[in-house]
Amino acid sequence: MPEQIFQFLVTGITVGAIYALVGLGFALIYNASDVVNFAQGEFVMLGAMTAIALLGAGLPLVLAAIAATLLTALVGLLLERCAIEPARGASVVTTIIITIGAAIFLRGVASLLWGKNSLPFPAFSGNEPIHLGGATLLPQSLWVLGGAVLLVSLTRAFLNRTLLGKALLACSFNPVAAQLVGINVKVMLRLAYGLSAGLGAIAGILAAPITFSSYEAGIMLGLKGFSAAIVGGIGNPMGAVAGGLLLGVLEALGAGLISSGYKDAIAFVFVLMVLFFEPTGLFGHKVAERV
Amino acid sequence: MLKSGLLRIFLTTIFFAGVNLANAAEPIKIGTFLSITGPASFLGDPELKTLQMVVEDFNAKGGLNGRKIELVHYDTGGNAREALNFVKRLIRKDQVDVIVGGTTSGDTLAVMPEVEKAGISLISLAGAVEIIEPVRKWVFKVAHTDRMAAAKIFEDLKKRHLTKVALITGDGGFDKSGRAQILELAPEYGITLVADESYSNKDTDMTAPLTKIRATDAQAIINFGFGQAPAIVTKNIKQLGIDLPVYQSHGVASKTFIDLAGEAAEGVRLPAAALVVAEQLPDTDPQKPVLLAYKKEYEAKHGAVSTFGGHAYDGVMIAAEAIKRAGGTDKTQVRDEIEKTSGFIGTAGIFHMTPEDHMGLNLDAFKMVEIRDGGWKIVE
Repeated sequence: MPEQIFQFLVTGITVGAIYALVGLGFALIYNASDVVNFAQGEFVMLGAMTAIALLGAGLPLVLAAIAATLLTALVGLLLERCAIEPARGASVVTTIIITIGAAIFLRGVASLLWGKNSLPFPAFSGNEPIHLGGATLLPQSLWVLGGAVLLVSLTRAFLNRTLLGKALLACSFNPVAAQLVGINVKVMLRLAYGLSAGLGAIAGILAAPITFSSYEAGIMLGLKGFSAAIVGGIGNPMGAVAGGLLLGVLEALGAGLISSGYKDAIAFVFVLMVLFFEPTGLFGHKVAERV
Repeated sequence: MLKSGLLRIFLTTIFFAGVNLANAAEPIKIGTFLSITGPASFLGDPELKTLQMVVEDFNAKGGLNGRKIELVHYDTGGNAREALNFVKRLIRKDQVDVIVGGTTSGDTLAVMPEVEKAGISLISLAGAVEIIEPVRKWVFKVAHTDRMAAAKIFEDLKKRHLTKVALITGDGGFDKSGRAQILELAPEYGITLVADESYSNKDTDMTAPLTKIRATDAQAIINFGFGQAPAIVTKNIKQLGIDLPVYQSHGVASKTFIDLAGEAAEGVRLPAAALVVAEQLPDTDPQKPVLLAYKKEYEAKHGAVSTFGGHAYDGVMIAAEAIKRAGGTDKTQVRDEIEKTSGFIGTAGIFHMTPEDHMGLNLDAFKMVEIRDGGWKIVE
């Protein structure tokens, strides 16, 4: 039994790391505009699918991954330029609805481009499972975990240490004031969408050897990533990681010890409980609304 | 008086002749409702392409009974309520002569009462045995049932003297129906199920339920499902170092499964329609020419065949032959002729329908295949 629980934990951390990576992408756009981008899952899918297509076209794995990330970032930029920017001044809710529309559009384009089957992506360093005590995990899981740690540190450093990152944060706190002190809010928003899309793409590429990808892979991953982000406190990169890992471990333990049927229910009840008792998430900033 | 009488007769004749002319030119309407989008889209997509291909072929050769065939199709997105709406529309607005379709069992089961009420033949492409048991007057099906798949797997287990089996299934309709058949049939074959685990079809990791299976004394694992989930299960089994024979269902009898599961798929056995191993059949097999012809034509236009497209081929051909024999589109006659389908060589097997059996396939329609070197190998 202890051996089994150890395996559940390892499984949970692997799955959680994928959620964390996806959740991370929500942070940038939220930080820049208070908008939850529901097309984030589609960025994840686009990254993976583009990489698969490029690999199929004969590009080496590393190049395919880099090109796919850049292409997806470009899609993010275009999305902001063509769909979000024309609706400037619209309320946050309206913008969120636009992102939902964009998600459906991107899914449609993907299904036309690459068909409806799930597609495989080769693991970066083989499929030979690594034995850890009584548990096993795939080398790819280490890539995902490593990727999560690296990207989180980079995102955090970007937001807190660089002038650009601070400017981005300023746009969400008060766009008018930000504009007044000379920050180009428009450019900042484009940057946020481009970076988010790139982050999403990397998440998709790292996870694709484990999860495969298909035109609708973004729906579930996006939902779980969003849950991870709100559990941890949306906007906080570290929070997304903690939220993702917590969610993954809870799911695995729920599936293993109770029943696979209740796994998603357990995860979502947990999200509800967190929002009920800590509306800003476990690691969110406490907001004091000034009247 | 006489003159106007003649004129009236003449006009009446012209009028009826006109109607007859219009009638002769009126196309035969075949209606279909498929899951072209949604989770079962990889089934519905080849089905629609096949239907369009077959109808085009007929029309290129001058149609059926001298009449063109028109295909009226709707996309249900795998939503049973939509399926019902579309079937009502096919019957009332489009006034189709016969319906071929229902990609999923859920879609088909939802529309059966409507079809029975309207009195129009429905040839379903879905798997669940409930579609033809009990027999409904107007409902037929051409896809193998999940019970046949379960029986085929158990026969193979018996041959290998394996009696303790762990079952793992997803949460889809196909999975649940398959699970029910396995639980029901196991005692008949003297097989004990030592585990009965489940997962959600959208899961990306199934190691938790498989870890529980690893702790049992199972001698083989059966996974019943379709889509990407069985591929992940297969990979996870390998990852956990579980060294047991793995059986999958006919739901994954496509190249996609091998591509997804990669090396982990080696040695997996499953019951599959003859279509996937067409080239390996002996030349004496009467199905071989039919399979190769369909495969060649489909692959020339759309890429790799799947057994699901094959079901659409069987369905529309059975309907077309019945209409040919009936000499028209009278609904009752067409239904009676479909029921008399006997010795029709399709992609799924050789059909012998009877008033008691509205599918007409037996266990021989399935071949037990094993995945070796990234391809299929018949192992019976």
